[in-house]
Order: sequence, then C-alpha cells, then structure tokens
Amino acid sequence: MISSRFSKLLSWSYLAALYAFIFLPVAVLVLFSFQDGRLPVPPFNGATLKWYGEVFADSRLMSALGNSLMVALGSATVACVLGFCAAYGLARFVLPASRLQRGLLIAPMTVSYLIIALGLLTTFNWVGVSLSLWTVGIGHVVINLPLCFAIIYASMGDHQKNIERAARDLGAAEWQVMTQVSAPMLMPSILAAFFLSVTFSWDEFIIAFLLSRFDVTLPVEIWSMLRSGLNPKTNAVGSVVFLVSVALLLILELIVFRRTAKK
Amino acid sequence: MATASLETRENRRAWGFVTPALLWTVAFFVIPFIVMAAISLATRKGREIVMAWNFDNYIEFFEKAHLLKGLFVSLEITFTVTLISVILAYPLAWIIAERVPQKWQRMALIMAILPFWTSYVVRSYSWLLVLAQNGVINNSLIYLGIISEPLELASTRTATVIGFVHFFVMLLTLTIYANLVQMPPNYRRAAADLGANGFQVFWHVVLPLTLPGIMVGAFLTFVLCIGDYITPQILGGNNELALPQVIMLQLGRRADFPMATTLSIILMIVVTLAYIACARWLKMERT
Repeated sequence: MISSRFSKLLSWSYLAALYAFIFLPVAVLVLFSFQDGRLPVPPFNGATLKWYGEVFADSRLMSALGNSLMVALGSATVACVLGFCAAYGLARFVLPASRLQRGLLIAPMTVSYLIIALGLLTTFNWVGVSLSLWTVGIGHVVINLPLCFAIIYASMGDHQKNIERAARDLGAAEWQVMTQVSAPMLMPSILAAFFLSVTFSWDEFIIAFLLSRFDVTLPVEIWSMLRSGLNPKTNAVGSVVFLVSVALLLILELIVFRRTAKK
Repeated sequence: MATASLETRENRRAWGFVTPALLWTVAFFVIPFIVMAAISLATRKGREIVMAWNFDNYIEFFEKAHLLKGLFVSLEITFTVTLISVILAYPLAWIIAERVPQKWQRMALIMAILPFWTSYVVRSYSWLLVLAQNGVINNSLIYLGIISEPLELASTRTATVIGFVHFFVMLLTLTIYANLVQMPPNYRRAAADLGANGFQVFWHVVLPLTLPGIMVGAFLTFVLCIGDYITPQILGGNNELALPQVIMLQLGRRADFPMATTLSIILMIVVTLAYIACARWLKMERT
C-alpha cells in the first residue's frame, strides 16, 4: 500500500518536473515579451504591450510575416496537389516499378534540410537562377511533398475504391471521380497534410535562409534580430510565431481529428 | 486485344497522375544531389570553381583537424542527446500511458509536445534567455544569493545539449507513447500470472515490445540532431563547431562550394550508415 502510494507520488512529481522542463523556455519567452524594461530577464518589472506595438509597427518584420504566410500557403498547396495526384495514381492503378516510385517520392524525408538546401543552392547557382521567395517555396515543396504523399497514400483504402468504381460505372470521367468522389472522401487526411505542411514551412529556417536574398521569411528575419542580443521585441515576435503555429495545430485538431473521431 | 488497349489507356492515365510529383522530385531533389556530388569533386581557384574530378576535398577532410573535428563534435553531441532524451522520455511516455486517466491522455500528450511547434530559431533563443550570462537561471541564483558570479552556461556544449534534449524529449515521448498504447494489456497480465514481478514484467515484456518505438524515435533524433545548424550556433557559440556549423562557415566566409558540398556528402553518408544499422537491427528484432 505504502509502496504503491510512493510510486504514485514519484510518477506525478516526474510528470510535473518534465512538464516544467518542456514549458520553461516557452513560458520565459512569453512572460518577458511583456517586460516593461530593456532586458527580457528577471526581475519582471511589470507588464506592457509596448514590444508588441513595436513588432507590428516594424515594416521589415511585417513584410517578412507576409512573405512567410505566402510561402507557407503556396508551397503547402503545391505539395498537397502533387502529393494527392501521385497517391491517387499509385494507389488506384498498377504501374511498373511502383515500389521504386514510392521510394523516390519519400526519399527527401530522410535527408537533412541543410543538405537539401545546399543541393538546391549549388544547382540554382550553376543554372543561373537568382534567389527569391520562389526558390524558398520550391525548397519547401521538396520537404513537404513526401509528407503529403505519405499521409494521403496511407489513407487510401480499398473501401473507397468501390465507391470510385461505382462513380465510374455511372459515367463519371476520371477527373470527376478524383475531384468529386475521392478528394471529398479523403478530405481529413488532405487537410491534415496541408496544415502540417503550412506549419513546417512557417517554422523552417535553413532552406529559407540559404535560398533567399532580399525578401526573407520571418524565421530568417528573427535570426538577424538575434545579433543584437536579448531583446523583449524578439520575445514578442517569437511569441507571435509560436501563437500562429499553435493556432494552426488547433485548427487541425478541431476540423480534422474531431471529424475522424466522430466517424 | 480490347483489354490490352484498355490497360494501356489506363496506364497512360495513371502516369499522368504520378508524373508531376516524380518530375518535381527529380528536378529539385535528385538532380541537385547529383550536382552537389559533382561539385564536391571540383576544386576552387580564386573565386572560380574548376572541375577537377578528383577526391582531393575528401582527402583534405581527413587531413585537416578542424574539419574532422566537426564530425566528431557532431557525433558526440548527437549520441549524448539521443541517450539522455530516451532516458527522460521513456518514463514520461509510460506515466502518460499508464497513470494518467484515459480521457486526459490525449490532452496530456498534446501538452507534452506543444512547444515542439515553435520554430528552431525561436526555441533556441528562448533557451538563451534561460541560460545566458544575465539570463533567468543566473539572475535567479544571484538574487537568491546562492552564487555571486554568473555561471558560464550559454556558449557551451551543455547549452547545445539542453536545447536539443528539450526538443527530442517531446519527439520521443510521442513515438514511445504510440508503442506503449498499442501493446495488448493481456501480455503483461499473462507475465504477471506466470509469476513475474513488476520489474521482470517491464524488463522482459514491456521494454522489448517498445524497443521499435524507441529505435524509430532515436533514429529521427539522430538525423535531425546531426543535421541541425541553428541549435549549436545559437546555444553552443563558436567555441567548438559542429559539422553543420563548419559547412555554413565554408559557405559564408569563403564561398567554398566544393568543400561545403564535400562535407554535406560526408554528413549524408553518416546518416545513411545510421539508417542501415537501425533498419538491420529492427529486422533482426522481428525475426
């Protein structure tokens, strides 16, 4: 009896300690984004929204934020469309070397972002493509396409095949089957792939850093802010970035997983 | 005859669906890799890159101590991080799976991995707030009178390891938890019925069955950790450089593409070796 109570106590203290470790940096980041003073470290002088005001008045940061949203939404859309089509082709038709094709599509997932970025950088240099948000977007599609393909491919079961066959028998053309029958049925996993891709692109640094020049994304802009050391303004913009990521995941949780859970 | 033509038509249509994604992967992943491999065999003359088609860069890597050291620093950090993360994450996943009531488990898990979704840059900066010379830990300890001089916490390997462990504890908790809840409870009941005590059940039944989850998480940790530039750069500083920092240094200061690509290929070979070891081990476990 005593030992079981002791082990219970031990479990809960361990849980509390690990949660404290996991949340410590985020708590410090958010708390001191409200710091009324020049340094985001203890003692806490009092709360102010001054730094958030400065973030939203900073035109460089705001344009970086716009760039990030554009690249994230654009690259996620392209990755999802390409991934969905490939998954549809490979799951519904018998193709030669389909294992090899699947392997090729998944392959970028196993390579460090740094290497993908460096490969694209040397290739763009060699071909003479100048760096811009487009090249960043291309890089982000490369890292998100395997994810989208894998998620959507995994959810294409045989039971949907029969419904698609029925639609075809009733005279639907292939593109109609795909857009009006398959896509709605697979919507939860397509949305999951989309929102995950948006989150990954939104947070990604090294590809965005190496493949951009004048217009940069938010993580790259934050990186250049770090040179000035600890600053409550950096806390404020970091908190905004974190909040957007959490909001994206909340959307994912609410509209995707709730729906599948209900079924 | 009719079926054959139908099949070819079907096939052509199928290629239409798959080709765009394949082309994208070939154009922006396979070809860049080939270009990178080719450039690693080139040499730099002034600002020009001349194709030499030899392995001089690779030989230089093994001869120059500061380059080779980058790989060893990276490997040491990665192994330390993987080990500590597994040791910290396993009990956490176990407590969430076993002690937390069923209906709160999903919530507990989401909470445990929430900071996972901060970007690398922001997360490392947050740790800098905690560990810096005038950061949260030092200021609190001085305020409490425990120390009089600030401790050297940031710009050390310890800081890099803490930053990494924070991230990978979350990742590993997820993979290990997934494995723990998949395990049928009957296995443990059977072992207990046959007279095993709590520790024996864990050691002989639970742990072996969750090893795949540990290995998958550990492999992900390895790949993401050894290829990361941000965490060692922000938290570790320039005292000792990890391999990705050495790669970025070749690019930034000297625009030495041949050496940067050489180092990247070496990094990739190391990851591939880790993958082969991992896959082999998992296959051995299954048979």
